[in-house]
Amino acid sequence: MDLNYSAEENAFRQDVRNFLREALPKSLRHKVLAGIHHSRDEQVAWQKTLYEKGWFVPGWPKEYGGTGWNAVQRYIFEEEYDNAGAPRVVPFGPMMCAPVIMAFGNDWHKQRFLPKMLNSDELWCQGYSEPGSGSDLASLKTKAERHGDHYIVNGQKTWTTLAQWADWIFCLVRTSSDGKAQEGISFLLIDMKSPGIEVRAIKLMDGAHEVNEVWFDNVKVPAENLVGQENKGWTYAKFLLGHERSGIAAVGRSKRELAFVKEVARQEQLDGKPLIDNPRYRDKVAQLEIDLMALEVTSLRVLSAESRGKAPGPEVSFLKIKGTEIQQALTELQMEALGPYALPFFPDFVNGIPGANFVGPDYGPPFTPRYMNYRKTSIYGGSNEIQRNIVAQHILGL
Amino acid sequence: MDFNFSSEQEQLRDTVNRLIEREYEFNKQRHAIIHSAAGYSEKVWASMAEIGMLGIGIDEAHGGFGGNAIDTMVVMEALGRSLVVEPYLATVVLGANLIQLAGSDAQKSSLLPQIVAGNLKLAFAYSETGTRYDLKRIATVARKEGAGYVLNGEKIIVLHGNIADKIIVSVATAGALHDGQGMALFLVDAKTSGLNITGYRTIDNQRAANCHFDNVRVSADAMLGSSEDNLATVEQVMDIATTALIAESVGAMEALQKSTLEYLKTRRQFGVPIGKFQALQHRMVDMLMYVEQSRSMAYLAAVKVESHDVAERQRVVSAAKNAIGRYGRLIAQEAVQMHGGMGITDELSTSHYFRRLTAIGATFGDADHHLSRFAAGATF
Repeated sequence: MDLNYSAEENAFRQDVRNFLREALPKSLRHKVLAGIHHSRDEQVAWQKTLYEKGWFVPGWPKEYGGTGWNAVQRYIFEEEYDNAGAPRVVPFGPMMCAPVIMAFGNDWHKQRFLPKMLNSDELWCQGYSEPGSGSDLASLKTKAERHGDHYIVNGQKTWTTLAQWADWIFCLVRTSSDGKAQEGISFLLIDMKSPGIEVRAIKLMDGAHEVNEVWFDNVKVPAENLVGQENKGWTYAKFLLGHERSGIAAVGRSKRELAFVKEVARQEQLDGKPLIDNPRYRDKVAQLEIDLMALEVTSLRVLSAESRGKAPGPEVSFLKIKGTEIQQALTELQMEALGPYALPFFPDFVNGIPGANFVGPDYGPPFTPRYMNYRKTSIYGGSNEIQRNIVAQHILGL
Repeated sequence: MDFNFSSEQEQLRDTVNRLIEREYEFNKQRHAIIHSAAGYSEKVWASMAEIGMLGIGIDEAHGGFGGNAIDTMVVMEALGRSLVVEPYLATVVLGANLIQLAGSDAQKSSLLPQIVAGNLKLAFAYSETGTRYDLKRIATVARKEGAGYVLNGEKIIVLHGNIADKIIVSVATAGALHDGQGMALFLVDAKTSGLNITGYRTIDNQRAANCHFDNVRVSADAMLGSSEDNLATVEQVMDIATTALIAESVGAMEALQKSTLEYLKTRRQFGVPIGKFQALQHRMVDMLMYVEQSRSMAYLAAVKVESHDVAERQRVVSAAKNAIGRYGRLIAQEAVQMHGGMGITDELSTSHYFRRLTAIGATFGDADHHLSRFAAGATF
């Protein structure tokens, strides 16, 4: 047992660090570290920079444009990536849809879609949840009816993250109502510019535009956009769930946020002393740091098992549960650090509108909105209760 | 980055487990041992010596089998899994490491082989009334007199002090201490005149003692090594022992998690196994999650306890002890709750695990103590 990084791994870390320091635009870095939203153009330009370096999709198989890194290298890359203040890649195309296309798509799917995911010419969103189908996803009702060489899609998706940026959406649609709910679902790729699609923003309590409703009114979709077999989409969706989850614990990001919490708490004053010296506040930070240390080792253990050829199993649910609990707790500490400056609300500033007004410390305005926004983390990606159901069933055998 | 155990470590685990299976069944031998006067088994101790367990972590030059903190972790986890109450931690971890790190060459070559052979049991007397977990405050004093020393004072909660052949005691040589300057260690035979040892049972059916030193006269060579500046060494040994204790707790937590899961599958209410109820399923998942988090911290501590960077060693060991203190309490409480009334009985192992995890929580610094030490570090 040796939990230290090898000399080669440390050299690799230094390479990653050097590249990010030079390539990441200062303005974008500042926004990500401060919690200020950036634009689609900034996101795409950055993803293209990563693509040109060959580091956009480290997890892809090498023949499709991946890096061929092992699990530890990928972990180091992610840690450095988050620590540098680089924005998270929009994951829906390259991390979620791509593995399904690689495993179940035909040659045309691979040639048509993968290159543009790789160079970010096309961004994607995910059409899973519906108003009546959240945790019980298999009950989804958005219907795709086959008419000759195309499908006609009707229905509504919701909580669709970044649909306003997306060129394509991968959807779970109902193609049959016979038998079990899971057996009539198909995996369909739909052009967001198709007539009959309408994207409606959902306003959230933090004032940001992040999620949407996507409405389908007699949308015509070529039959060739079906991935795999009709009515087998649930299998592909489950496959996707077990994929690309190494970053699910977000350890690197939480380490960065924890450092930020400490930095802020050294600046904020209480009784004429830095807030970090207040035992009540300091102990909360310390305890969270310890929980995060444990999670980091747990993540590395899962990763190390994976790199020995074990498929990512239900234990990644632990990473999701604990990772999101820690992320949420960090947002609470940031908000609490502000004291009364937790109250003023300046969404324009947080949304990155140049010259927007604000009061208080310049790091303050994003904190409370992020606290509110991060309630999502224990809800999305399979709520933490669903994760517990998965562990209870598949690990504990209950 | 490697989380695998070596084949020697796997073998060590198997050997220890076989011994425990043979000689430490919960309802049989263990029951008899915890109700015996001494609170340990000479027979088991001899068996441990026979398979080489008592030489783990002791230099090969002194008859030991070498090994590192990972080897000790393997042993301690096995002891925790079966709630073994033998004085392993007191003798092989605390005692032997104090001798190795503070003792003279003559002391090492005379004492360590006796430990390996199972002929010498030790206990470390460091804690005093009113100082909680502070190693630096010492009111027990050693006064030089003629060719020897005279010891006076009282040490409390000396783990396995009731059966130790020799007591290692931390004392102040220049008046009462508050900062650890001038800390000497003496090795005192338990039968020395003036040393009154009052043994008692602890809440987890282990044993401890209060040791009263009333003008105890010892010769100069009773001093461990020749230094009167042992604070750093004692802190290091306490970190080594804390790391071992953390490993023991992980063994206990895992066993408790498994037996609770088994209970959920067999206990029926409302016509179904109670494990069918989601309220209990989710709590069971959290139990397992915290066992895994605890195991991660045990690994981290075992690796970092050997770091030459003292601040880093202290930071990680304290983080780990804080973590297993909190997680262990949660796991113990959940196990009892899910067992219902049976969880509180003396009959089931559940309450024995609960008691051991509770005791571990209060041994070598509780969660608050270690949180303070962690937060006092340079990273804050």
